[in-house]
Amino acid sequence: MDLKAVDEVLARHPEIEGNLISILHELQEHYRYLPKPVLILLAQRTGIPLTRLYSVATFYHFFSLKPKGRHEIHVCLGTACHVKGGQRVLDDLTRRLGVAPGEVTPDMQYSVDTVRCVGACSFAPVVAVGSHTYGEVTPKKVSEILKQHDTAS
Amino acid sequence: MQARQAPVSSLVVNPTLRIAPFHFPEPKVTIKVCMGLGGVAAGGGEVLKRFQQAVAERRLRATVGRKCEVEQVGCMGFCAKDVVVEVSMGGVTTAYQYVEPEMVARIVDEHIVGSVPVKEWQAGPDCTAFHAKQNKVVLGACGAIDPEDINSYREIGGYQALWRTLGIMSPVALIEEIKRSGLRGRGGAGFPTGMKWEICRRSPGERKYVICNADEGDPGAFMDRAIIEGDPHAVIEGMILGAYAIGATQGLVYIRAEYPLAVQRLRHALAQARQHGFLGKRIMDYGMDFDIQVKLGAGAFVCGEETALIASLEDEIGEPRPKPPFPVNKGLWGMPTVINNVETWATVPKIVRRGASWFTSIGTEKSKGTKIFSLVGKIRNTGLVEVPMGMPLREIIYDIGGGIPGNKKFKAVQTGGPSGGCIPAEHIDVPVDYENLTAVGSIMGSGGMVVMDEDTCMVDVAKYFVSFCMDESCGQCTPCREGTREMVRLLDDITAGRGSEEHLATLNELCLVVRDLSLCGLGKTSPNPVLSTLRYFRDEYDAHIHDKRCPAGVCKALISYSIDPAKCNGCTLCARNCPQKSIGGEKRKVHSIEQAGCIKCGICYDNCKFGAVRKA
Repeated sequence: MDLKAVDEVLARHPEIEGNLISILHELQEHYRYLPKPVLILLAQRTGIPLTRLYSVATFYHFFSLKPKGRHEIHVCLGTACHVKGGQRVLDDLTRRLGVAPGEVTPDMQYSVDTVRCVGACSFAPVVAVGSHTYGEVTPKKVSEILKQHDTAS
Repeated sequence: MQARQAPVSSLVVNPTLRIAPFHFPEPKVTIKVCMGLGGVAAGGGEVLKRFQQAVAERRLRATVGRKCEVEQVGCMGFCAKDVVVEVSMGGVTTAYQYVEPEMVARIVDEHIVGSVPVKEWQAGPDCTAFHAKQNKVVLGACGAIDPEDINSYREIGGYQALWRTLGIMSPVALIEEIKRSGLRGRGGAGFPTGMKWEICRRSPGERKYVICNADEGDPGAFMDRAIIEGDPHAVIEGMILGAYAIGATQGLVYIRAEYPLAVQRLRHALAQARQHGFLGKRIMDYGMDFDIQVKLGAGAFVCGEETALIASLEDEIGEPRPKPPFPVNKGLWGMPTVINNVETWATVPKIVRRGASWFTSIGTEKSKGTKIFSLVGKIRNTGLVEVPMGMPLREIIYDIGGGIPGNKKFKAVQTGGPSGGCIPAEHIDVPVDYENLTAVGSIMGSGGMVVMDEDTCMVDVAKYFVSFCMDESCGQCTPCREGTREMVRLLDDITAGRGSEEHLATLNELCLVVRDLSLCGLGKTSPNPVLSTLRYFRDEYDAHIHDKRCPAGVCKALISYSIDPAKCNGCTLCARNCPQKSIGGEKRKVHSIEQAGCIKCGICYDNCKFGAVRKA
């Protein structure tokens, strides 16, 4: 695994104190998750115990210790989405892809996660795929969304 | 437009006689495209691009004889009608709704070149009604200015409050003014802002911090996101004023990583504010150093709680700690810290500019000013609304929100997120302010209003919120960690048809234990949705427990789908779409659902064009 990014990220943060979460964000952005060797190296470079890095990385939902899919799907389960059928959309999506929330498809194409609110409540229920936000999603629309990304890949 | 380029410092003749630079906009045609998240999600980016292309390709400036500007603006509020586009020319503004890229050419040709608006695409009476009863004090600039251009903010009086304050009004006088305005925190608890600042100012510390809490966590609320995306400089100006009042040198915005557009616009605005001398060393040539950093959250709801937020900024996991000491005395890195939420910060410059008496003239006796609500769920006009405190809930739901779609019956409105409660139809005339919402068993919270109709199961809603709190509990204290888990288990039993009277008794008792013994606000308030639904919708709990029935038809274990032979014409659509292949029947003959295989996904119910699929 190429670990160069660790030093690159650290170079941008001469002060570690108060910046740990920003550093983890940047590492996750680079690797799309937080691989174990990366965290080990980060612990060595910063002197922060690995146990603490692990504690922080697992406390915050945004960080993942497992690889994500090429297309990261986030199903919003905020209140408005819940009331308008977000759970049904999630059920349908996970059934179609054959993975549970938090998992990635064996071909590493899709990962499905739930989010607690993306603030697009006017368009509930909402599904985000990568940087694209889809509103008023129904189980029917789920298949269209997946098709779109299948052809894009 | 010389003044635009001139550095701010050159305009300061005498620090005691400072004149704020003012820009006189030249007459022009402006096309404003809503590029809030709603607008973007509905395809605003492409609409914006088409307008820009049209203006460039057709040399509109020469044709129309006036400058034509295409602006991206933040959330205009009426998300239900996105993409919304406003065309202003000759002092008249015309709003278009549901604009698609293909419509752009005709709007340009007929309206901008031909001066005749395209009638059939114009926003209708519901748009007028949506805006009529609102009072956009804080949201006024949102959707009107270009959030990526500091001059756009300055043209509407932006940063004037700073010019009037720094070195002219003493920090103590500024605090007095905010106290006199009666402004209370918009993040939930409603603590008086001026008092918070005063305590912090008096608190000793070698340095002080101001923090903007933009960790907008309440599901169903998105006003903070809209403000930062649409009017970021208002937040920055508010924070500078706050820093001046308490003597802070550093500010931080703790913002959700889930809001990439807001983060990007905020960073851009901060860079511009630095360039213009509003941030950095000796800001505006006054001897005050102050800068603002952006810090990303990482998806932990509990970090909206101020002590957890501080822990997160200090590289720790977001565990709240007992109060006192309060952050105003011992906050970030142990120093006195003022934490206010986005809407509060954005309100501050308006109060300074227009005076505390103006602000107190809006609202009720104890709740001054306006409040922004996100009106979502089962309501026709979804979007962001800003109304004077004290407006009856009915007016918000029916006059502004346009009521419930699909001839459904209003059941309740949920306010205050997971810490709030459900307000039933019998209290729909409650005036919306801090005290009255508390009196009916809910809270103001950050301003989410999720409307629920007859198809919403209140037991399911209670379970939803408690599950939310269970997932988001930091796990530090037992009442919250174990209590919410147990409450979810009991509610799970009830919604699955395994509930008994004993379940309710235990649930009630647990609510009180969790409420009274949890460490922080998340735990203390997590029973609220259960308590309020038990108070107003006991009949629904009873139906689940005694009749094993979910009146709203939501709880999967208690519903079943079947096909009405009288209505089914054998079109096969349901059978083709059934993911379980549990629907059988020949073409043009009545179909039936094999119950053993049915997973109650409801796809057949949604798809049937003849209303033949029954849910019971």
